[in-house]
Amino acid sequence: MTEEDHHHHHHVKAPSKEELRSLSDTEMQKLSKQIEVYCVIMVQPKLLTHWAAALDTWSKHCDKSGVYTSENSKAFDAIDLNEKDNWTRLRKALKHAFDNAGDLRWFFVAQPTTFAIIENLKYLLLTKDPSEPFYLGKLMKSGELEYVAYDGGIVLSYEALKRLVHVFEDKDKCPEHVGALWRLNEDKQLAMCLKYTGVFAENGEDIHGKGVFNSQSIYTLIKDSMNNNPTNVLEGCCSDMAVTFNGMSPNQMQVMMFGVYRLRPFGHDFHDVLAFYPPEGSDND
Amino acid sequence: MKTPRSRVFFYVGFVVGTLVLHLFLRQIWYETSRTLPQTYSGDKHTDDQHQTVEEGNIWKKERSALFNLQHPHHTGEDSSMADDLYKNVRILCWVMTAPQNLEKKAQHVKSTWSRHCNVLVFMSSLDNPDFPAVGLNTAEGRDQLYWKTIRAFHYVYEHHGHEADWFLKADDDTYVIVDNLRLVLANHTPDEPIYFGRRFKPYTKQGYMSGGAGYVLSKEALRRFVAGFKSKLCTHTTSVEDLAMGQCMEKVGVQAGDSRDTSHRETFHPFVPEQHLTAKFPKSFWYWSYCYYPIAEGPNCCSDVSVSFHYIDSLHMYLLEYYTYHLRAFGYTYRYQPPVPKVNIIEKSVPLDDTEGQKDFASQVKVKGNGDDVSSVDKKENADQPPAAGSSVDKQ
Repeated sequence: MTEEDHHHHHHVKAPSKEELRSLSDTEMQKLSKQIEVYCVIMVQPKLLTHWAAALDTWSKHCDKSGVYTSENSKAFDAIDLNEKDNWTRLRKALKHAFDNAGDLRWFFVAQPTTFAIIENLKYLLLTKDPSEPFYLGKLMKSGELEYVAYDGGIVLSYEALKRLVHVFEDKDKCPEHVGALWRLNEDKQLAMCLKYTGVFAENGEDIHGKGVFNSQSIYTLIKDSMNNNPTNVLEGCCSDMAVTFNGMSPNQMQVMMFGVYRLRPFGHDFHDVLAFYPPEGSDND
Repeated sequence: MKTPRSRVFFYVGFVVGTLVLHLFLRQIWYETSRTLPQTYSGDKHTDDQHQTVEEGNIWKKERSALFNLQHPHHTGEDSSMADDLYKNVRILCWVMTAPQNLEKKAQHVKSTWSRHCNVLVFMSSLDNPDFPAVGLNTAEGRDQLYWKTIRAFHYVYEHHGHEADWFLKADDDTYVIVDNLRLVLANHTPDEPIYFGRRFKPYTKQGYMSGGAGYVLSKEALRRFVAGFKSKLCTHTTSVEDLAMGQCMEKVGVQAGDSRDTSHRETFHPFVPEQHLTAKFPKSFWYWSYCYYPIAEGPNCCSDVSVSFHYIDSLHMYLLEYYTYHLRAFGYTYRYQPPVPKVNIIEKSVPLDDTEGQKDFASQVKVKGNGDDVSSVDKKENADQPPAAGSSVDKQ
């Protein structure tokens, strides 16, 4: 595969209203099926309360979830990959997700300290083709390397994951065990491996160009905005269609659940082109 | 004198240096603009009928009060229902504050929820024509709360009695979702002697409303309150403002209303959302014995169309504003659908002639059965979207 991809820019924007309205009924039907998301949730017993919060809140909105743990826990069921090394475990989880994807074509990788609004992820990706290599989230740069921040959530299309799983076999380009001297964080390792397959990191943005993946908590972001934009705190802060926030406590995640899926001002409607429904057996959304 | 050769080298070096500097600066600028959030520039798509309102165009300042010029709208939304209620259920919000709290607390009330009130008045102990705030000629402190409240209600009755139908009292650490307050009030009229809030039961026959969670009086309730003081039926019984208010309301025959939603979930809240949603209050806590209606812990504590929360600091004001008016889940179909209120049209200055006004409301506002109003398509006449398509859509 050459490096000429259809999207050689560095951001992926949500579809505009015009774009959505131009879709026919049959196209919309196809897209609403194609947009299903497989959540890859990387948990650890030492983050038990966040693990519990993720299970009780946002992850219920994934079409399918794989919960991969670093070690077995009596508290919750999870796929125990028996692997203490973070990078190796992530590789195994991604391989497992790829093998068990079924019909699903989009993969969202997160840790339980992240809160995700899956409907907004679907909106972002709605008109994107998963048979193209997409690798997006909160774009970061380290020297020459552009990568997606782990704690803001990582999105991979089926094609991107397919190439990744393939390059996992290549011990030179994408080694499993990296010596301590060369060791980088998993998210940078991931970016390097994907780069070899011609897949580049992109920033996820709303129609106004605001980033929708956040590696900080909403509390931090608002506090910063109160300092930097005191006369326009929310306008200068965060997207209305944000997909992720990170670093909130389990209780704060329950409040966000209420804020996203329940609390609203009566008499304001949006008439979105697609409808998503609440999951079965849940009372906090 | 320099040789031509060294001059050439000089120029080449200068050009190379400039080029390197240019590339370097481009790299830095490029990276910064990608990793920092861009400021909101507003949706330029012209088919949206509503624009975000600029801060400066919202209020008309007059007589130490703020008069709302335009109900705030969000880009891309259809707020016709909220606009109807805004016109028909006029609310004057008065906010209890103090001189030292104007910039610290009241300012954030002004920047957030109070923009949805029809009229807004900040009540303080000292006049401040700039903010603006009304000086009530009292001292500050907890023991002055009922005096301030008595004076504040008298003030709004005298100065703004004809400019609103309902009169809300809130603290400068109360967050109020005024659109949802209008929903509570929509099925009542301002001539009813009634008031709403978070109902507490002790010390009174019919209960009284928590001060911190905010409470709202109908115009008739306010009239009777003022009359009660004139006739000495009501006096300054205690400095515990909310209790004293409740005692007076009972004496003048004003009913303590039930503000819960149609699923019996509370709408006015005396604490922060996190406590109501996640805390396990100990059984010895006063709250258990005070609440008039049975307390629900967890998600059932709070209505989807909640009206207020208390003990809200400045950060949480913006957080609640973000959750209520900004952050949402695309396409999400809420579990709870409040029934559409039958809006009571008061005979007053309506810009349209009578028949047209009647027709608009008849077609737009229908009384539906409990909670099954899932399809929002049929009631919006100016829906500019095609009906939602896709296999996951269910039309009723």
